[in-house]
Amino acid sequence: MIPWLRAPELKEDLITLLVIVCVLLSARALWVSPVWHDRMRRLWRSRAARVALAILAVYALFAVMDSIVWHNPPYGVTKSALDRVFERQSERTYSAPLAHQDFGVRNPRPLKTWHLLGTDGVGNDVLYDTLKGCRTAWIVGGFTLIISLPFAIVLGIVAGYFGGWIDDAVQYVYITISSIPTLLLLITLMMVMGPGLLQICIALAVNEWVGLARYLRGETLKHREKEYVMAARAFGVHPLRILQRHILPNVFHLIIISATLSFSGLILSEAILSFLGIGVPVGTGSWGLMISAAQMELAREPVVWWVLTSAAVALFGIVLAANIFGDAVRDALDPRLREG
Amino acid sequence: MIAYLTRRILLAIPTVIGVCFISFALFYLVRSPESLARQNISSKHPTPAQIHGWIVQHGYDKPMGKQFETFMGQLLLFHFGSSDVDSEPIADKIRSGFGPSLVLAVPEFLVGTWVTIALALFVAYYRGTYVDTWGTFCFVLMMSISVLLYIIAGQYIFGKLLKLAPVMGFHWGLSTWKFIVLPATVGVLAGIGGSVRFYRTVMLEEMNQDYVRTARAKGAAESTILFRHILKNSMIPILTAVAMAIPFLFTGSILMESFFGIPGLGNLTYTAVQSGDFAVIRVMVYIGSLLYILGTILTDISYALADPRVRVGAAAQ
Repeated sequence: MIPWLRAPELKEDLITLLVIVCVLLSARALWVSPVWHDRMRRLWRSRAARVALAILAVYALFAVMDSIVWHNPPYGVTKSALDRVFERQSERTYSAPLAHQDFGVRNPRPLKTWHLLGTDGVGNDVLYDTLKGCRTAWIVGGFTLIISLPFAIVLGIVAGYFGGWIDDAVQYVYITISSIPTLLLLITLMMVMGPGLLQICIALAVNEWVGLARYLRGETLKHREKEYVMAARAFGVHPLRILQRHILPNVFHLIIISATLSFSGLILSEAILSFLGIGVPVGTGSWGLMISAAQMELAREPVVWWVLTSAAVALFGIVLAANIFGDAVRDALDPRLREG
Repeated sequence: MIAYLTRRILLAIPTVIGVCFISFALFYLVRSPESLARQNISSKHPTPAQIHGWIVQHGYDKPMGKQFETFMGQLLLFHFGSSDVDSEPIADKIRSGFGPSLVLAVPEFLVGTWVTIALALFVAYYRGTYVDTWGTFCFVLMMSISVLLYIIAGQYIFGKLLKLAPVMGFHWGLSTWKFIVLPATVGVLAGIGGSVRFYRTVMLEEMNQDYVRTARAKGAAESTILFRHILKNSMIPILTAVAMAIPFLFTGSILMESFFGIPGLGNLTYTAVQSGDFAVIRVMVYIGSLLYILGTILTDISYALADPRVRVGAAAQ
């Protein structure tokens, strides 16, 4: 539908790098900032946070490897670093992890090469397919947040601070959007825009900004009446400067907490959309697509379990790490919200 | 109370109009009628006359404003029109889908709510001990597993390995429960992680309140405190979640129903997604939003019933 969204892989590569660079830059900015350094140290002291971060970093490493692409001059083949390391010869059909021959056929023939996690029905290496999903997950989690956070922050804070018709308008928009059930809205948007990685990010972002904007509006309403804001207003400070210098720093930890906690939900949503056939197009690395293709394999005799298991474990790993890291961030940044 | 209710219902009207506008804009303005027609006419290379006929038949040829008017008017009167794919009336499909959706969703909802609250009370009771730490960790694990996997694993383990329940299908009558047990169990399991964590946080917040300390100081038993004081006070957020869930019992769950072959509204939506039936999706969006808005109104009413402060505040306005 929208032509520039249909371009080949170059955009995905650039977006992955953008996401990773944004994450690294903001982490560095927080670490060196005098206000945030203590809280960042507190976060770093949590062992759960360090382990979760390491797992996320491994996924990010595969994502970046899949986005660094170069030509081989003589033949002009374009391959990413991930392709060069992990791509393996295709087999004829299924083969079990580390097997020496085809699986489930009457006359098994020896394989061309070995496969750590076996091969799927058309003979593709499962490990390679699974690793291909890392980039999709990071794009869906990261890029959606990059799109949705500015809307949520600006609209939420502005609505809360200025009130009046601006508040009414913003509230009307998000109440209307949030009254469409999430999955139905996602389905609608994806059916209208057509399948694609960026379309998923846009559809998820439309859903995503609402919750944070509502939350920030409420927090801003509280801060608006505090003495320091009154004082700034009495001095005649420009309203936009009040927002930037006084309100934003006081709600900033909520933004970070909300962003890290929603990262995992976004990845799970992508898997469901891709599973339903309206997510990423076939051929993109995606655990949802892998699960969708593998769902009937458990009904086979003998059972083919490795495709489903690989995709599920990869999905579970990044979501669990993101959840644990999100909890640790919340504990470190906002003691009031700490559980227990 | 009546004034409060009237105000609340009047406030919902602009939202309904907004939802209508969004779905109209998305479906009518972004997709051209020709592409819709091409997609839904069965022959591979339709003639222009066929396309035109389809457009006229489905009312896509009128001016935009007129289309929006008829579109909204018909939705408001619950005249849903006919499916883009097989031209059957959507109202019939929905009428036959309500039953199976409810039969699956109501037991799942009741059991799920009960199990969740019981587990949350349990881990909250043992707060700060190993039970709590490991329990919470288990719930994080459980909420990190995709619902797709719960369904596939549930079908495999209970349906294929243990042969406890049929893997999929649906039949009205005495044997209905057989087809409901497995999806309902899987649904409850898939939902536990997230909701127990939420309820636990709610209850722990209450546990730090002054009235709990007072109750403990006057010598009330820990279980009395838990059930009499804390459970009652954490009812408000729990009520919100429960009241918000009730309307969606009607629309069912897309994933559950399609996996388990239950011919409810979720399955209807799933089929519409697979066949690109925009007319059905549009109606489902509308019904879903109406139910959501109804849910928020129900929530506000239950607030007013449960919390005198809300009632007084509303009367003062």
